[in-house]
Amino acid sequence: MTEATAHGAVQQDQVEGGHAEPAHSHPGDGRYVQIALILAVLTAIEVGTYYVELSTAALLAVLMPLMVVKFAMVARWFMHLKFDSKMFSRVFVGGLALAMFVYVILLSTFGFFAA
Amino acid sequence: MAITEAPQPLGPQPLALPAGDGAGPDGPDHQPLGVFTRPRQPTGLRSWLTSVDHKRIGIMYGMAAMFFLVIGGVEGLLIRSQLAQPNGKVLGADLYNQVFTMHGVTMIFLVVIPLGAAFMNYLMPLQVGARDVAFPRLNAFSFWCFLFGGLFLNSSWFLGGGADGGWFAYAPNTNPVFSPSHGMDFYAIGLQITGIASLVGAINLIVTVLNMRAPGMSLMKMPVFTWMALVTQFLLLFAIPVITVALFLLSFDRLFDANFFNVEAGADPLLWEHLFWIFGHPEVYILILPAFGIVSEVIPVFSRKPLFGYPFMVFSGIAIGFMGWGVWAHHMFASGVGPISVAAFSVSTMFIAVPTGVKILNWLATMYGGKLKFTVAMLFAVGTVSMFTIGGLSGVTHAVAPSDLQQTDTYYIVAHFHYVIFGGALLGFFSGVYFWWPKAFGYRLEEGIGKVNFWMMLVGFNITFGPMHILGLMGQPRRTYTYAEGYGFNFWNLVATIGAFLIAASVCVFFWNVVVSRKAHRRAGVAEQADPWDARSLEWMVPSPTPAHNFDESPTVTHLDEFWHRKYGEDERGRPVRIAATAEVVQKGDATDVHLPSPSYWPIVAALGLPIVGYGLIFNLALAGLGGVLVVAGIFGWGLEPSVDADAVHGADGGHGPGPGGPDGAGGDDAPAEAAALDAAPTEAAATEVVTGG
Amino acid sequence: MADTAVGSQVAGADVPGREVVTPSPSPASGHGHTSTGISNEKLGMWVFLGSECLLFGALISTYLLYKSRVVEGAGPAPVDLYDIPFTSVSSFVLLMSSLTMVLALSAFNRGDHQRGRTWLVTTALLGAVFISGQVYEFTSFVREGMGFTTNVASSAFFTLTGFHGVHVSLGIIMLMSLFVMSLRGRLPQERAETVEIVGLYWHFVDVVWILIFTVVYLVP
Repeated sequence: MTEATAHGAVQQDQVEGGHAEPAHSHPGDGRYVQIALILAVLTAIEVGTYYVELSTAALLAVLMPLMVVKFAMVARWFMHLKFDSKMFSRVFVGGLALAMFVYVILLSTFGFFAA
Repeated sequence: MAITEAPQPLGPQPLALPAGDGAGPDGPDHQPLGVFTRPRQPTGLRSWLTSVDHKRIGIMYGMAAMFFLVIGGVEGLLIRSQLAQPNGKVLGADLYNQVFTMHGVTMIFLVVIPLGAAFMNYLMPLQVGARDVAFPRLNAFSFWCFLFGGLFLNSSWFLGGGADGGWFAYAPNTNPVFSPSHGMDFYAIGLQITGIASLVGAINLIVTVLNMRAPGMSLMKMPVFTWMALVTQFLLLFAIPVITVALFLLSFDRLFDANFFNVEAGADPLLWEHLFWIFGHPEVYILILPAFGIVSEVIPVFSRKPLFGYPFMVFSGIAIGFMGWGVWAHHMFASGVGPISVAAFSVSTMFIAVPTGVKILNWLATMYGGKLKFTVAMLFAVGTVSMFTIGGLSGVTHAVAPSDLQQTDTYYIVAHFHYVIFGGALLGFFSGVYFWWPKAFGYRLEEGIGKVNFWMMLVGFNITFGPMHILGLMGQPRRTYTYAEGYGFNFWNLVATIGAFLIAASVCVFFWNVVVSRKAHRRAGVAEQADPWDARSLEWMVPSPTPAHNFDESPTVTHLDEFWHRKYGEDERGRPVRIAATAEVVQKGDATDVHLPSPSYWPIVAALGLPIVGYGLIFNLALAGLGGVLVVAGIFGWGLEPSVDADAVHGADGGHGPGPGGPDGAGGDDAPAEAAALDAAPTEAAATEVVTGG
Repeated sequence: MADTAVGSQVAGADVPGREVVTPSPSPASGHGHTSTGISNEKLGMWVFLGSECLLFGALISTYLLYKSRVVEGAGPAPVDLYDIPFTSVSSFVLLMSSLTMVLALSAFNRGDHQRGRTWLVTTALLGAVFISGQVYEFTSFVREGMGFTTNVASSAFFTLTGFHGVHVSLGIIMLMSLFVMSLRGRLPQERAETVEIVGLYWHFVDVVWILIFTVVYLVP
């Protein structure tokens, strides 16, 4: 099982003149299973909130970070962003950030976040 | 050097058409599938229908845009004829709504956007030193989607009436209660189809610019046109999905009885406005940035000076791209969004004038002290800068929300956007047409006739739209089919109508110029030189018209304005000094060992399914299913077809090339084979090797 | 191969006016003949996924706006009908399909086609189970009186989840196409990137569901 971090030094940043990506620094299958297990646990916690009496604020305080963490884990490990060229992260996160910016403003104008 | 590996071909490939050039076992005249063989002839209608060459695709975008310009222009003339006098009788109210809606939709989506696409498709690969775009078949698919979408939209005229809810299509006015004809369905579906073209084109050009630059061409050595085009592609990439959702919501309401804009059910009409303008504002930067890029190419060439402040031009373009996402509700000041939103968007809108101002100052600074040559291209470029400035100034007055409350929905707004879109984008495109025509077609457009074209257009344009500022401030509302006597609108409306016909005449002069120039070229029989304007960027370093393979060899880039720097050095005082004759620097264009992506039927086949789906959704769902099957079959055929025709005969336009298949990469190539193949003299084995992977 | 390209380009730059015969940067599966060293197809997919964020963002926003705007008497709203335990199971299934997807890619990268195909089919199957769950959920909503046209919230709900479902279904088709290609020997190790690219799409669709599950189902 290869530790992804051991290959951190070989990060493929943008280099002009284009040389090949380093041999894929992959997490091994075992690592993937670990990630999946963590995701399963997080999902279980999320589902758990359904069975517990919580105020809306508390609920959001639990669910939102969980959602973000799950999203980030899938993106960084399964979608390999952690180990790949930063170019991919830039275009994807760019779109994501723009979407959040624009739609938060949209919902704000409708008073969605007014308590 | 022979390719030593001899990999096994992978057996019969279903849906991959055999070559039609008779390279098969039975000799040159053997056509096993007759008309359904993979196209091979470089000339003729079929070659254009199946071309994946970015230059041909760019030219087709341009020609289609000019066709739609005439349609949109006629619609404009109908509007002006109706409004020439009070109580006009040319168009009734309902027909007027259709005409002004279709005029707007046509001009924006079917003229200005595809004109931008024409230049961006033609020039971007050349300017970065590439042979074609990243996904050539996807590029062809884009064009056919655009064309079929535009034709589909305009077929509404014959199938119950044109769209009639304004180009901005505010819901619930565009719901079936108030827009009962099929016009708005044609609008929604037609724009979805053209939207696919733009989105997919954006992916293509972004990957091309990021990934396929010639050696040494860092991002900050790219021409400004390519930079502006890149920003435009990112704007398209992120804006199109928003209007896609809006159009789906509208279509679901109209076709399937959904409730998205059903106010009685609790829906909010502002949702449409927001979604539309979140797209709509970046859209206007999509319209103008390519023209800004063109001006940034033309002005330095005809001032014989480098563009002033290159980094500022690049960063201001990027800034416009970013800031354009924060201003959309300035189209909604009067719609009841509330004072906080109005104030916030008012401020952000004022800020966006700054990067544009930077550009205008830089263009002027480029011209200052330069050796100015007022060719037609230069005239149009200067016209762009000056007319856009006027439009931009009226735009600044709109940014001030209180004054906008008087201006909104009046002809003052109509004046503003025509100054920026027509005076800005369209004049810029005409500049580009005159500038790059010799590169694309091998002859120049006549300068004399061109000057008549320019002055008639400039004068006609100002006579038409200048008075609209006055009319607007006097209170003439827009989107209204007539006005009564006694408002004081008569005189300037008549003037504006006369101007409109002058514009029409100037467009006729342009087409006349094309005809005359082409005839003169045919008589003379001599091709234009590679570099008629003594220009600065890489596309001028190849013969005119551009060879099919673009560059004989990929140029190594060491400077911004690489081509200029190969022709000229500098003396101690920084003035240009010739170091090489143009003929020595320009490539010969006669390379015969270049491999290009092969032409293909699948893009046009897949694209054809889309309007059929559209007609089906409006008239008969079974038809929609049929169209869907065609699209899916087209995509599968495409995916399974190797991007490079294995049986292609090698020649100047031989079939081996850099382009992989569609977005899921199913038709992709192998890298090691690619490098060896392009370095070496071609062999059939090389072509087969590429096919190994798919 | 790539190193040769770099080497020759450096040599050429010293000699003004002399062209270096360097191949035009050409897109290639995962091997850098591109200016950035990354493959065209992979970059293309990421660029596309960036745009998809705007698409799903609009659909989610529309739902959020309308979820509580149901007019009195206009039928049940989605929030009234959710079966969280049921949906949790489907969400878990889709999440696990991302694991099997990544295991499939890992197998293909190693050249292990048997395993690769097994994991591909498993992923597709899990996706199909998810879709079946969606279909069951939708049909039960309709039986309980909430259809597509019932009210603003239902239209928004079905549109959002419907778009997601269509994306999953297209993903299943792509996975099965890969399976067939592998069976026919058309997915050699050099082309493993195709699996990766389909995988990226699949993970994205999963990630969107992570958002939807929380924002639409769990948050009141």
